[in-house]
Amino acid sequence: MNAPRDLPRKLRVATTSLSGCFGCHMSFLDIDERLLELAHLVEFDRSPITDIKHCGPCDIGLVEGGVCNAENVHVLHELRKNCKVLVALGACAVGGGLPAQRNNLDVAKCLTQIYRTESGEVAVPNDPELPLLLDKVYPINEIVRVDYFLPGCPPSGDTIWKFLTDLLTGRTPRIEHPLLKFD
Amino acid sequence: MFALETAAHPETLRRIAIDPVTRVEGHGKVTLLLDQDNKIHQVRLHIVEFRGFEAFIEGRPYWEVPVTVQRLCGICPVSHHLAAVKAMDLIAGYGPLTPTAEKLRRLMHYGQIMQSHAVHFFHLASPDILLGFDSDFTRRNIVGVALDHPEIAKQGVLLRKYGQEVIRHTAGKRVHGTGAVPGGMNKALSRAERDEMAKDIDQMIAWSLGAVHMVKQLHETNPAFYNVFGDFRSNMMGLVRPDGALDFYHGALRAVDADGQTIFDQVDYATYQEVLQEDIKPWSYMKFPHIKSLGAENGWYKVGPLGRIQAASYLSTPLAEAERQAMMALGGGKPVHGTLMYHWARLIEVVHAAEMIRDLLNDPDILGLDLMAEKGPRRHEAVGVIEAPRGTLFHHYRVDDDDLVTYCNLIVSTTNNNQAMNEAVRTVARQYLDGKEITEGLLNHIECAIRAYDPCLSCATHALGKMPMTVELIDADGQMLHSLSRG
Ligand code: SF4
Repeated sequence: MNAPRDLPRKLRVATTSLSGCFGCHMSFLDIDERLLELAHLVEFDRSPITDIKHCGPCDIGLVEGGVCNAENVHVLHELRKNCKVLVALGACAVGGGLPAQRNNLDVAKCLTQIYRTESGEVAVPNDPELPLLLDKVYPINEIVRVDYFLPGCPPSGDTIWKFLTDLLTGRTPRIEHPLLKFD
Repeated sequence: MFALETAAHPETLRRIAIDPVTRVEGHGKVTLLLDQDNKIHQVRLHIVEFRGFEAFIEGRPYWEVPVTVQRLCGICPVSHHLAAVKAMDLIAGYGPLTPTAEKLRRLMHYGQIMQSHAVHFFHLASPDILLGFDSDFTRRNIVGVALDHPEIAKQGVLLRKYGQEVIRHTAGKRVHGTGAVPGGMNKALSRAERDEMAKDIDQMIAWSLGAVHMVKQLHETNPAFYNVFGDFRSNMMGLVRPDGALDFYHGALRAVDADGQTIFDQVDYATYQEVLQEDIKPWSYMKFPHIKSLGAENGWYKVGPLGRIQAASYLSTPLAEAERQAMMALGGGKPVHGTLMYHWARLIEVVHAAEMIRDLLNDPDILGLDLMAEKGPRRHEAVGVIEAPRGTLFHHYRVDDDDLVTYCNLIVSTTNNNQAMNEAVRTVARQYLDGKEITEGLLNHIECAIRAYDPCLSCATHALGKMPMTVELIDADGQMLHSLSRG
């Protein structure tokens, strides 16, 4: 599977991690040497691996992680607004993933249990700098329209590479069975 | 009361936020409060997410935990995998591991140290060092490094790949594998896999030594800057063997003060709650641990590369130990504390990890087939501790007769560094930003200080801990109004 050469212009790619563990970003880096090749084909916009803090117009947006607080909602909207194609990358973005196990718990109870003193006094961090928590962890398609869903925890580097090179060459992305994993 | 932590009159000040902090793993932000002369009154590193992992792990079967806890962090999943499985070895009643199982786990762990340190140094931090702290921010990333320094970028990518392949061969998957099970390992290493790793290891050792030398040379070009940037004194902690050598997989706790004098040594990590304590502050979800006997004000410490290689007496492999000696010579017999020294120390650890991998691959036990320990009586409670890439990592569980977890407490490496990182950003703010017109490049100095610690804010937001803790209510003049504790 070779990367396309001589694209008319570099495509712009934004990536973000919402309520994810960064494993999907690590898996992206698992394309190994192909990362150096990719550097000739795409430019990165907002991403945890660049210092661009807000998204400009982009071709592709990759979203890792579900939505657990108000800030995640803002970031997700920012990406949706700016990206022609938005991709839910990995189990958390697709369905909430492991963090969504907190959906069975009452978040207020959870907070008071963790930030409580022996005498029962509650000291939950509440500074205005801390974004509001949502009652549940949501998959990103419950907040915005999503163009592609890439399952896996995380999807492998090879899966991400196949997907991206398909998109970069204008093919409809097709992930065949051996690369399509849900674990 | 820590200087610059809380401004007396925040309402009169201007706020600047670095949000999100980039080229670190996970989510954090920094806020600065300044007056009209740009004098800085307050600097805080906030951890803005809450996930409550410990709460939802309760009620799950214990044997699931070593696999699920990895989802705390995709950068150091192996560390969580192994810390949890070390606790579950005891809970499930297993005796000492077989030599093969222990060596396979160590191999996996050193692969992890290598890949995590490589991704941090080359993919995340090197743009600051190679392109400049205040270089064009649109190019200040791994792609910029790849274009300007293709050979360095290539070596970084391949060092990381090697570490990831070691993990894949031992854990089954590069990210979130399943190799370790309570009592041992679930897969032996084949000769073909061993040979594939062995063929490249000398190259990896050479490249990692080259990276240490590169940082050393950079240091020589501007020692004043590298020694002084974010330099502050603090205690340090790490795991050591009985003879004082650093051990990443298993050992006892040692803490030393800023001059290298012992605070405690050979402390059984199962008793961590007797030596450590945590504080909470209203402006961060991440707690603030400290050494109990010294109190919150004086008891905080550094973990991770710079802390542990100086807390330990030596490194057990020759090339890495020689480099450690060379770095410590700068302090003339005393530990060094400059924030940027973290990078140097981290790369020394990559050399150490590579040497350990070579020795393990040459060890005949590594191809053994005896993977499971003997089973003895079950236990209800256990602690597993490991030196993760970012520092000492604690996992503590209780499990009931139905195999379900009833209690889970995690202190992740980055939480151990919470106060130290806050001190680092305050020191840098004082050194480079105070009274100046704030520019993007200056703000990046703050991020460079955070990056040096290689914080994993992802781990830190998942795991909040249930340690004994104190809450202090302090007024604007630093007077304690009220204090409560749980313990
Ligand atoms: S899908 Fe898995 S690897 Fe990706 S962010 Fe979620 S937990 Fe991490």
